[in-house]
Amino acid sequence: MMPPLTFDPRRSGIHGRARGNGPAADGTAAERAALEKTWRVPEGILGWFSVVDHRTIGRRYLVTALGFFLIAGILAVLMRLQLAVPDNQLIGPDRYNQIFTVHGTIMMFLFAVPVMEAMGIYLVPLMVGARNIAFPRLNTFSYFVYLFGGLMLLIVLLLNSAPDVGWFSYPPLAGPDYTPGKRADFWAQLITFTEVAALAVAVEIVATVFKMRAPGMTLDRIPLFVWAMLVTAFMIIFAMPAVVTASSFLLMDRLVGTHFYNPAEGGDALLYQHLFWFFGHPEVYIIFVPALGMVSSIVTTFTGRPIVGYTAMVLSLVATGFLGFGLWVHHMFATGLPQLGLTYFTAASMTIAIPSGIQIFCWIASIWRGTPRFTPPMLFVLGFIAIFVLGGLTGVTLASVPFNLQVHDTYYVVAHFHYVLLGGAVFPLVGGIHYWFPKITGRLMDEGLARLSFWLLFIGFNITFFPMHQLGLMGMPRRVYTYPAASGWGPLNLLSTLGAGLLAIGGLLFVWNLARSVRSGAVAGDDPWGGDTLEWGTSSPPPVYNFLHPPVVEGPNALWDRSADAPVVTGLRTDCREVLITDVVDATPNNRYEFPEPSIWPFLAAVATSAMFVGSIFTAWAVPIGIVPIAIAVTGWFWPKRKEAAA
Amino acid sequence: MIGRRHRLILVLVVAALLGGCEREARSFKGRTSANASKEPGVSRNPYAGNAWGVGQGKRLYTLYNCVGCHANGGGGMGPALMDDRWIYGSDDASVFETIARGRPNGMPAFGSRITESQIWMLAAYVESMSGRLPMDVLPSRADHMRYSTPENSRRARPPQGAPKGADE
Amino acid sequence: MARRRALWACCAAMAAAAAAASAGCAGPHHVFDPAGGPARDIAALGRLLFAVCTVIYLLVIAVLAWALVRRRTEADGSVETGRRLTRAIAAATIASTMTIVGLTAASAVTGHGLTSPMGPAAITVDVVGHQWWWDFQFRDVSPDEFVSSPNELHVPLGQPVMIKTMSRDVIHSFWVPNLHGKRDLIPGQVTNTWIQADRPGVYRGLCAEFCGHEHAKMAFEVVVETPQKFKAWIDHQRESASEPADYQERRGRDVFLGSPCATCHTIRGTTAASRVGPDLTHVGSRMTLAAGTLPNTRPHLATWLGDPQSVKPGTLMPAVPMSDADRGAVIAYLRRLQ
Repeated sequence: MMPPLTFDPRRSGIHGRARGNGPAADGTAAERAALEKTWRVPEGILGWFSVVDHRTIGRRYLVTALGFFLIAGILAVLMRLQLAVPDNQLIGPDRYNQIFTVHGTIMMFLFAVPVMEAMGIYLVPLMVGARNIAFPRLNTFSYFVYLFGGLMLLIVLLLNSAPDVGWFSYPPLAGPDYTPGKRADFWAQLITFTEVAALAVAVEIVATVFKMRAPGMTLDRIPLFVWAMLVTAFMIIFAMPAVVTASSFLLMDRLVGTHFYNPAEGGDALLYQHLFWFFGHPEVYIIFVPALGMVSSIVTTFTGRPIVGYTAMVLSLVATGFLGFGLWVHHMFATGLPQLGLTYFTAASMTIAIPSGIQIFCWIASIWRGTPRFTPPMLFVLGFIAIFVLGGLTGVTLASVPFNLQVHDTYYVVAHFHYVLLGGAVFPLVGGIHYWFPKITGRLMDEGLARLSFWLLFIGFNITFFPMHQLGLMGMPRRVYTYPAASGWGPLNLLSTLGAGLLAIGGLLFVWNLARSVRSGAVAGDDPWGGDTLEWGTSSPPPVYNFLHPPVVEGPNALWDRSADAPVVTGLRTDCREVLITDVVDATPNNRYEFPEPSIWPFLAAVATSAMFVGSIFTAWAVPIGIVPIAIAVTGWFWPKRKEAAA
Repeated sequence: MIGRRHRLILVLVVAALLGGCEREARSFKGRTSANASKEPGVSRNPYAGNAWGVGQGKRLYTLYNCVGCHANGGGGMGPALMDDRWIYGSDDASVFETIARGRPNGMPAFGSRITESQIWMLAAYVESMSGRLPMDVLPSRADHMRYSTPENSRRARPPQGAPKGADE
Repeated sequence: MARRRALWACCAAMAAAAAAASAGCAGPHHVFDPAGGPARDIAALGRLLFAVCTVIYLLVIAVLAWALVRRRTEADGSVETGRRLTRAIAAATIASTMTIVGLTAASAVTGHGLTSPMGPAAITVDVVGHQWWWDFQFRDVSPDEFVSSPNELHVPLGQPVMIKTMSRDVIHSFWVPNLHGKRDLIPGQVTNTWIQADRPGVYRGLCAEFCGHEHAKMAFEVVVETPQKFKAWIDHQRESASEPADYQERRGRDVFLGSPCATCHTIRGTTAASRVGPDLTHVGSRMTLAAGTLPNTRPHLATWLGDPQSVKPGTLMPAVPMSDADRGAVIAYLRRLQ
């Protein structure tokens, strides 16, 4: 017989602010031991490939994404070195084209989206009080597909086969006539890799947030970071198919001779742009919205008060998600589309500044009202506000069609998107890493190094990218491997390169701090910052089962609103991976569900999928042939476990 | 765990990837047989494994109006180039000679009209028309009206035994 | 206290930087150095946008700084304070919305004014983009008087010029910062724009859409001159090439016509009539070579002919093998073609 589910106020494995950070109240040692055994992370070589635990996969995603970030950063430094002086001969055009393309491709597809997913995979189950993320084997599969896609790109970079037509790879330049060989095919297939991985994670996040929240976590008590990840997940689901379509059409044009982008046969080069940017604009919000969630978490904790205007914040996130799909033509203002349509997209592009503005106002109000503590995460949030607001405002200028026609495809745009992406996403991310590092590793990052890296990053960033606004206004186009001395662009480019050096040092210092603190940072307790969300209510790092008993949530700031005798859920089985499934709207328990054990099959399915993807770059036969191993692996994946006799 | 077919694809893919260096090289300064051939006295097309060179050859084929006589490989006034019949020899050196010095029955001599590396590029493209180059080097469809299956989708047609000394 | 001072210092530094950056409008082809009607309207709109955005930015930073350093009071947690904050946020949102509406309207008005040329178009220019050079074709007159002026566009002062853009290969973008915003050249389509210059001079144009290896070196010159000078220029462009004046130039012409040069280039009046590369009939009179990459002087021409890949790696122009004497003769002949 299954033990009944109860809400037991006496047996709590988590502690809230109301009761301070005392040791865990008495869940029996036997119960803990049983949970440890059931939810254990498998060890050994085979075990490493079989892990389905969300924290492990989240850490792997994070480390891999940061590795890609460093590589793309090195490529950026190479670009800046080449552009430091006019008529530089350091890097020739072919190599430079590969470098800037791979820099953009890695940053957008292999770093920015995966790293936000990493934070989501790690934190969302903890913040909603669940034991694991939904569809854990799919999570493992998505990580390996992402890893293999990224490795493919790195390998071809070393083999002179890296794509060289820009990170958005427009045909006809990227088409079969003007980019012979396989370079653009590797780009197009990388898209498929990363989008499959991203879609998988998006589905998991939606399912986790909708159906696995702790009892009592009604829709208006969901933490803002979780809301942000939910909105992001829906954006991924709606946007990614467009880019897979665009890149698949490109692949088909190149491999099997279709005519999607061939005007002579009724195709259209602009079709690609529409398909790509229908994804491309939401993509930047996919990168940016999780960062907004991180900022909310950090501001809440380090002002000591709930965020002002929770409802407005949630509605702003949702509005950003919706509006983000209505802007894509602002990347195409110069293509000669009809004027009335362009005006609509100007209005829409400017309108999206309003929800972002509301969020900024709410954060400033929260800071005003609370008592700010200038810890490193908070510093990064302040840096985010300073940089992102500037970037957002240059975005407003870019939304205006006439002005856009002057600065489109110049360094003004490069400045704009680095301000909103680096400032709007990377700064909160780095702040978030500092903030959640103690939870993930149990240790604190070095505070002095963190402050130093913040200032280097902030100052270096501005010296690198602010002059680019001016360069764009002076007429410097994007994607040029060199420029003449007579253009007058030399001094500002040199300044920008020097800033890039500073930025690189700041970044390396951050990574050094990270690596060092994993081993020798000061031991953090369960809740070093006094946070409000559920992850701070369990140990650092969390046990493999996350929470001894799922808590019952009593307010929007789960730990702060937790009363001294708040109930927890007891009665979930400890001999199998049983989780609690709750209702979408008000999180009342619906049923129990048994999650799958670790398994090697997701990894094998990822290998088979990757082989099919890479093979299909070279021959169309790879698709029907490659389906077979995938089918075998997926069959193994879903093979039902023999049910044990009911206890 | 990994099926045999799967392994074969993996091997093919690795081989194809490793061929990437040569396939993707962009030799802007141009290659001649002299700086590409490893064996003295034998002329090999320096662009035989180079997709970029074949692609340039395809552009030159249109720009220099080879289509005027040979259409897009199907022939017209001039013989078809995409079949397996090579009147004057199908090896690299013979194709080069055909373009550079012309042939009886109306093939003009282009040797003084275009550079040596451009002739090699055109020769490489001509060889690709019958699918004789590696699969990943063959061009795909052009941004023109469709005239035939793209080169990389054609069945490879190895040359028939051709009368070699046909140019005396 | 020290923190407060540091914060104000940061704000001041940022404001100063912003002011300094917006001050510099010098340099060739600067967006804020308009030489024609459309560019002037765009520059005015740009100044409005920058002014509004700078004010908003400084306001946000100032309020943030105040929020950080203000003295906290007991009443901060009260419901009344909460309501005041909500009202403040609402007010800020309404103000932002109205600003956005205003900027959208300003943008729409400017945009509408730019759609049609001010006044009947004087001439139409077909801009044909190639990898990596420009062909400006004047086709207004009968076909036998068609003028092709690669990489150098002359326009009459004060008259609107219709631009029809098309591409022979990949997407390019026609952009003269001093005169107007850019317009993409998309293969398979003809897109339209127009320019009008009201200040004589020479303005540089660039390709503004990544188009391959030498996208960085695909520039052109726009020469704005009086209508009389323009008519003289275009009449001259219609004429055939000048005859060589001495032995060396004749030798140069012979070498040109007998070598791969004539396979790609046109020199009207000779047997060279190919349209693969730019028309060289009046190459000697142009200001630049290789699409704005080199000044048109004898030594630069020698470099360009001797080793084009050292100037524009990836260019379709091959290095034609010839003796130095022959090359010198060809150069002499080309410089004769004024």
